[in-house]
Amino acid sequence: MTTWEPVIGLEVHVQLLTRSKIFSGAATRFGSAPNTQACAVDIALPGVLPVMNSEAARMAVKFGLAVAARINQTSIFARKNYFYPDLPKGYQISQYELPIVGGGHLTISTNGNDKRIGITRAHLEEDAGKSLHEDYHGMTGIDLNRAGTPLLEIVSEPDMRSPQEAIAYLKKLHTLVRYLEICDGNMQEGSFRCDANVSIRPLGQTELGTRTELKNINSFRFIERAIQYEIERQIEILEDGGQIIQETRLYDPDRNETRSMRSKEEAHDYRYFPDPDLPPMILHDDFIDSVRNSLPELPDAKKQRFIEQYGLNDEDAVQLTATKELADYFETATSATQGSAKTVANWIAGELSGYLNKENKDITESPVGAGQLATLIDRIHDRTISGKIAKEIFESMWNGEGDTDTIIEKKGLKQITDAGAIEKIIDEVLAKSEKQQEQYKSGQTKVFGYFVGQVMKATKGKANPQQVNEILKRKLDA
Amino acid sequence: MHTKSLTELSIDLIQQKLSSTELTQHFLERIDLHRQLNAFITVDAERALDQARAADRRLGRGTPAPLTGIPIAHKDIFCTEGMLTSCGSRILSNFVSPYNATMIEKLRQQDTVILGKTNMDEFAMGSSNETSYYGPVANPWDESRVPGGSSGGSAAAVSAGLAPAATGTDTGGSIRQPASFCGVTGFKPSYGRVSRYGMVAFASSLDQAGPLTRSAQDAALLLQATAGFDPRDSTSVDRETPDYTATLTADISGLKIGLPKQYFGQGLDGQVELVVREALAHYEALGARLMDVDLPNSALCVPCYYVLAPSEASSNLSRFDGVRYGYRTQQYDDLTQMYAKTRAEGFGAEVKRRIMIGTYALSAGYYDAYYLKAQKLRRLIADDFRRAFEQCDVIMGPTTPTTAFTLGEKTDDPIAMYLNDIYTISANLAGLPAISIPAGLSGDGMPVGLHIIGRYFDEPQILNFAHRLQMGTDWHRRSPPGYTS
Repeated sequence: MTTWEPVIGLEVHVQLLTRSKIFSGAATRFGSAPNTQACAVDIALPGVLPVMNSEAARMAVKFGLAVAARINQTSIFARKNYFYPDLPKGYQISQYELPIVGGGHLTISTNGNDKRIGITRAHLEEDAGKSLHEDYHGMTGIDLNRAGTPLLEIVSEPDMRSPQEAIAYLKKLHTLVRYLEICDGNMQEGSFRCDANVSIRPLGQTELGTRTELKNINSFRFIERAIQYEIERQIEILEDGGQIIQETRLYDPDRNETRSMRSKEEAHDYRYFPDPDLPPMILHDDFIDSVRNSLPELPDAKKQRFIEQYGLNDEDAVQLTATKELADYFETATSATQGSAKTVANWIAGELSGYLNKENKDITESPVGAGQLATLIDRIHDRTISGKIAKEIFESMWNGEGDTDTIIEKKGLKQITDAGAIEKIIDEVLAKSEKQQEQYKSGQTKVFGYFVGQVMKATKGKANPQQVNEILKRKLDA
Repeated sequence: MHTKSLTELSIDLIQQKLSSTELTQHFLERIDLHRQLNAFITVDAERALDQARAADRRLGRGTPAPLTGIPIAHKDIFCTEGMLTSCGSRILSNFVSPYNATMIEKLRQQDTVILGKTNMDEFAMGSSNETSYYGPVANPWDESRVPGGSSGGSAAAVSAGLAPAATGTDTGGSIRQPASFCGVTGFKPSYGRVSRYGMVAFASSLDQAGPLTRSAQDAALLLQATAGFDPRDSTSVDRETPDYTATLTADISGLKIGLPKQYFGQGLDGQVELVVREALAHYEALGARLMDVDLPNSALCVPCYYVLAPSEASSNLSRFDGVRYGYRTQQYDDLTQMYAKTRAEGFGAEVKRRIMIGTYALSAGYYDAYYLKAQKLRRLIADDFRRAFEQCDVIMGPTTPTTAFTLGEKTDDPIAMYLNDIYTISANLAGLPAISIPAGLSGDGMPVGLHIIGRYFDEPQILNFAHRLQMGTDWHRRSPPGYTS
């Protein structure tokens, strides 16, 4: 039996967060009424000309620097010619021979192993419009709002060897572009789209197999499934003695399969040539330097700092730096509380994440702010409340019932730390449990939990657990 | 009135000896009187007179710009708000532009009047104005002959006194060749001097707009109003616009005129050469020095051009697909058929020929041999000029090898047609400014143009030379027989 090795390369289209389009002044907002954000340039009236939006170049350079890539100080826009109704000019302005970003890399981590994935290039291009096939009495509607929206196409080397590695790379990229604030990362709205090139070869062979290209898959889950399906399909064909056809395939998430869209023979001849309407784009050193100086702390560096500065373990640090907003939340809470960074991390990984996931919210939508969480942890730290009560308070805060201190006050949840009061309650409990005391004294120390439980029950959980333990022990062992 | 220069008309308007309304009315009547020339595709008299009245009010307020109230004919390649902008093609025969080209906008800011839109070769592809969907234009000097092209309507209109001045565009000679054939002054500025925004693109790296006028002085005035950087055109150059009229009369003695031997060789009509030599002698008499220069790659200009221009055109014309505006075929079963029939019916033969040549030249497997090779030749041709201009100040020669040919004479022979632009194409390939001015009449009574090429952005020098000839001769004041009054 042959062992097959999958070889995967990814092309990711990242929609850049510029306010206006790449070659016109029209706005780029998502979801406006059809064709209300398409100006003369976007609809390709006769005589109009493109003018480069320097903000798009700035974002591309930002990305290039973040993946340690070469920035091409001269890059060239080229026309990719083909006819389609949602492509108003009959060509897409893209970059072909000299892209703005040359070779770079990202490091991914799967099963605790680091691996460097090469980035071949990243180039600027404009998006096309949308064809709307529904609701037009058999006709096709064209919405050109998206036409001219800036995209950065990021092309990886065929360095990935499993769907898991592909997803790790994509997630890493997804995190990075949001850190850089060059893309909102919204996959549903198409801000982050992925094409996958997949081939297989017998393990140990250096020559690459024939690849297929899987188009426009719009969620991490589907990408993983699509690649997995495609690998299995190719293995089946080769093991049956067949041959892989170089072609473009579409993934159908409803049926979990890929289907042929067009073969290599049917592929377009795009007739690329340098766009004569746009001079070569020259980036000066001071422009690149200014972009470099504006770079935020990147995910890997932040993760490393979290480990060193806060004494977190690798897993926590990875989780907390998954988005810049989450990392900011953690740091804000940590700096505001007397409690330890580890405690904050546990609260974020535990309660907070639980509620966020349940309600499908992201950290920026959390009803419990970092300051509120910090106060809650402070109240545990200063023994006003127990950890158990804190969870109740967290839920109340989540439901908008006020901040920690208000809820403690309102619900009378303040911890009982008066030793005399606790001792009194303990005496009452012991008076009613002679049988259990005998068991304890005969060596069945497990029964200790019973006494604690009774005390907590009597105090509605408000007795300071540490004090309860101490006093109980003293009395029972006396 | 129709033989006066822009300067004269402008003085009359400012002194209110003449109103823009009267002037516009006069030209509208002449256009109507000579409509057999077919120089115009669109004339909107109401709109023109409205604009004239607005100009008169501005003149009355005493706040005119230099060209306020002057009626101007515009090549139908410039997008003109609210007017048909057909580019001489069926595929745009229903296209009313919602915006103004920068060229139009700048002239409208001065309150010039849009007299009408002139006829042209379809998408500016042609040298005879015979490829227009709206029919050929006749040469006012001899109506059996072509006016040249592609700005044939503009040249004929100025020549026949149907407009005091006109705009044109020049990709391989489309201003200068018709100017030469019709006995008017036609000026193609340096690439990047005048905005291309709103000018329907033929070959983007070669297209340049410019004036067709009765004199070099008028050309200077029109260029003054239209030149300059445009943030909407990334290929326009951000350089200050000099005062083009300030140096018109400057002394040219001691300046050197380069004569490329390649421009006086085989194929040049003897009569044309004679007229050009006479003009050169006039310059010598003014103290300029004639010298030989070499442009060794001249013979490559036509083949180089006929790869690059169609390549760019094949892509530029893709937007005419019947989807968003323009002509769409009546009957179709699917998208592919809609595209095919729309473009088959919407474009004429010459345009289709060039789309096919360009598509071929850009195809995978042919790109290096054609497009890339032509780009290399283009650099060699530009280098030839750079070397020549180290020796001389301007380069002169005939604008065309012959005078205007007859209608139908070359329509079946594209190569013969293309060779008409043999002297003019190089200026586009090198991005240089060049003018054609009337230098005399050939034995057959047809006008001959003198071609002057200058250094990059040295429009003042060209205008200076052109004006000096026109100070000492009256060829530019000659009107075609039958159009004098």
